[in-house]
Formats: sequence, structure tokens, C-alpha cells
Amino acid sequence: MAAEAPAQPPAAAGEPNHGLRIFIPWLVLSVVADLIIWIVWRPHMPPGAMSSAAANQQFDIAIMAVLAAPVMILVLTYFAYALIVWRQKPGDEEDGPAIHGNTRIQATWIVLTSVIVLFLAVFGTVELFTAQGSGAGEGGSPIFTSDVKGPLQVQVIGQQWRFTYRYPQYGGFETTDLVLPTNTWVEFHVTSIDVIHSFWAYQLGVKADANPGVDNVAYAKIYHTGSITVRCAELCGLWHGAMFDYGKAVSPAAFHAWAQGAEVHLAAVTKLLPPYALTYDPTVVPQMSKAMVAAGLTGAPGLYYPPTDPAQP
Amino acid sequence: MSLPARVSLLIVAFLAVVAIGAFVVLHYFLGGPATVDYSAGVTPDTGATVHVVLQEDPQNTVSTHPDWVSYFIQNPQTKAWEHTTLFKVPAGSRIDMTIYGFDGCTPLRNPVWGQVTGTIGDVAYVNGKPVSQLNSYSGCNVGHTFSIPGINLNVPMATPSNPSANLCATSPCSPTTTAKNLYKVVTFSFNSPRATGAYFWQCRVPCGGGFVTGFGGPMQTLGFMTGNMEVVS
Repeated sequence: MAAEAPAQPPAAAGEPNHGLRIFIPWLVLSVVADLIIWIVWRPHMPPGAMSSAAANQQFDIAIMAVLAAPVMILVLTYFAYALIVWRQKPGDEEDGPAIHGNTRIQATWIVLTSVIVLFLAVFGTVELFTAQGSGAGEGGSPIFTSDVKGPLQVQVIGQQWRFTYRYPQYGGFETTDLVLPTNTWVEFHVTSIDVIHSFWAYQLGVKADANPGVDNVAYAKIYHTGSITVRCAELCGLWHGAMFDYGKAVSPAAFHAWAQGAEVHLAAVTKLLPPYALTYDPTVVPQMSKAMVAAGLTGAPGLYYPPTDPAQP
Repeated sequence: MSLPARVSLLIVAFLAVVAIGAFVVLHYFLGGPATVDYSAGVTPDTGATVHVVLQEDPQNTVSTHPDWVSYFIQNPQTKAWEHTTLFKVPAGSRIDMTIYGFDGCTPLRNPVWGQVTGTIGDVAYVNGKPVSQLNSYSGCNVGHTFSIPGINLNVPMATPSNPSANLCATSPCSPTTTAKNLYKVVTFSFNSPRATGAYFWQCRVPCGGGFVTGFGGPMQTLGFMTGNMEVVS
């Protein structure tokens, strides 16, 4: 005996077309919301459009907002419609009609949301590739490097509690000032010489972890001059909250003049620095300290690293 | 349980909670090191000169961490050395710093901090001789640094001439009774910012022995190797 198919509830006489009554306001509201998001809100979305990475992030956020708004509006519209139309009337003690599945609606919902999710997955991957990693650290062997030609290399060195910057193409000088040229690809090499930090240049849309012993590469091309806020985005100790500074983007000519001046001005201290490298081995200093101890030279408080290092308090 | 017993228990529990809260507030929020006031009697934003005096010691025998390296600040009124790293200066003033360096040497993790920056003329004076940088890798030259990142100030502290000799072993050390070759006097000047607020300062030598990368313990504890310069108007 064949199983009996569940009976569809008979449509009540005079029942309005609820689907249409929900669809029309949803469509209007979605179009209005998406136009507002794209035209009015998008130019003000973080992190701005100062660099290629920032502009791409802003574009990506706007795309996601445009996609998400109709979904959110559909849920809210249905919610409001249900509250208004299907609410229990005063004096009505009857149970509501039994709820049955609607295959067409369920299938439509699953297909639509799947399409959106799959589109975002493909879109995100394409955006990572075409936007040179979208400002994120790509590790030591970056693969998202399209269009990056002749970049200015800037090494970012995190240390408790300050970032310093080395410019290997200008003699390898190191400074606390972050100065970058416009209209030039910048290749950040982010590392640390103590604990884990994170280099976050907000207006550039660049955020890359600074790990000791790791060269983390990120790209950005700056479109216009201005101030750059740099913060550490990884809890790194007592003064983590104060580990910030301000860089600036200047014209290529101004940058070149600044870099040449800094190279000359800092020549003496550059001689003290280790040769430029993608990472710096922190064990060099302890080894030196052992030599100092062997030579009878005392450091605070008598030893650099006791044999029990790293002992936790 | 009888009613009087329940009431008594409730009162005891309430008092215990209050006591714990008071301990936390008093010990952790109000119980930090004292602030030495160098702003008293000085009109801010006039370029007036304020003389601030510190010393850095190989130990801190007046604390519960006698093996922690530590700074001390001299009280301008009493001339007594106080175990603190908090001091207050007037805004828009010239700050003449004198730091007595009693501790031995340790290499900087980053040699760039051997450079003098942010002082007037980008220079410091070690026993009266001007220096613009010290090389902590070439020998026993640098004990600590005095660095205020907020104003890009960095001054490496020179070490005693005879580092293999016994260093001062009782804190606070005394410049008047300690042999001259067992400490260095570093002086420099800078202008305090006009913007009021707390500017943290730190040492950049990894001198927190026994801690990861040498930057724990005294390096991250107020009253030892880091503190605040409070700029007031």
C-alpha cells in the first residue's frame, strides 16, 4: 500500500496573496537600501581608500553589505508582516492552522543562500589574488603578487613597545619614522625581535602579524598623501595599548629626498645594526651575553639569561 | 540552621565580599608606587627649567624583589631616593635630566636604541662628555636606556668604567659614597610636551633576567624599569 501523501491545506477563501504582499515591499526596500549602501555609505566605509589594499577592502565590504541587506530585509519584512497580519485577534481562541512545509520556498531559499555563499567564496578568492593579498600578511612566500612591480621594500620590526622601520634600498637605515611614497608599490616585510606583535596600518588597510623569526610580507600601493595610524593589534605586554605611532605618505620626490637625508643622517647608527636580513635571530644576543659573562662582564642583574630561562614568574 | 545562625552567616559572607573588594581596590588600583612631583611651584608653558634626578641600580634591596634591576627617583624637596618610576613635570618646560648609572652592561636587543634621540641637540653627556650614540655590542658600554616613545626620546645609559668590579649592592646607591669608577652620570635635556597626559617610559635593554626575551618582571612592573612621566598644566 502506497504511503499517503500529506494533504496540502486548502487555501482559505478570500485569503490574500501573502507572498506578493511580502515580495513587493521587500523589493522596494532592498533596492533603496542597496542604492544607499553603494552611493552614500560606501565612500565612508572603513578603512577608506588611501591605498590599493584599503580601497579593495572597502569595495569588498560594500559588496557584502549589498548582498546582505536584501537577506536581512527579507527576514525583517517577513517578521513584521507576520506580526501584523497573522497576529491573534482579540477574542479569537482558535488554534492557528497547522504548519506544513513548502517545497518550492525551501528549495528557493536553499538555492539562493547557497549561490550567495559560493559567490562570496569565489569573490573572496579572486579579491585576494587581484588585490595582492588585500593587505594581509602572506607569509614569507607570497603568492598574491599580481601587478607588483619594482616595489619599495620596508621592513617593519616589532619590539616591546615600538615599531621601527628599515629601508634596505636606502642603505638599510632604521628609524622610528614611517614615511612612504604615493603611487609606488610598497612591500612590507614584517617581523619581530621579541614577542608576537601585529602591524596594523589602518588607513593603508595593511595588517600583518609580526612573529619572531618569521618574514611576513604584505603589499599596498598608496594613492594619495596623508597621515597613517599604526597600531599594534596583538596583545604584547604592559604597554601594548601605547604601542602606536603615526606615519605619513608623501610624494615620491619628497620620499626620495627624505630617505636620502635619513640615510646620511643615520649612517653612524646604521653601522651598529646587524646586516639587513628578513629575520633576526634573537639568540644572537644571549650568545653574546654568555661571552660577556665568560669575560667577567656583568649585566643586569648579573646575568643576561640564567640557565633556567625561560622561567615564568 | 537557626535564624540567628543564618543571619550571622549572611553578615559574615557580606563582610568577606566587601573586604575582598576593598583589598582589590586598595592593593591593585590605589596601591601603586608614589608619584614624585617636579611640577610644584613651576609655571607651565613658560620654558622654565626643571631638574629631574634618577638612578638605575643592579638590584632593588628595598623591595620584595631584591634581584630585580630598578630605577629610583630623587624627591626634589627631601632629596631622598624614592622607589618609584612615576614622576610629574610641568607642560612646556625644559627638563634637565640627571641619571646615575650604577648597573653593569647588557647588550641591547636592537642596537638602534644605542642612539640618542629626542633630546635638545640629540645629545647626552656621559660624565660631562657629549655622546650621540653608544655601541652596546662593541664592549661593556650600555646598562639600560631611558626612553619615552611618545616624544621619541631615547637615551642609552652608559655603564661604570670598571664593570668587572663589584657594583653597588645596596639600593638606593649613593653617588657620594660610591667610588667614581663604579657609576656613570648621564645628563641630557628635553622639552616636555605642551599636551598634558601620561607619557610612559621604559628601558629597552632586556634586563628582566629569567623572563622570556628578558622583557618580563621588572621590565613590565611600575616602580622598577618602566613608569610614567605625567605632564601637567
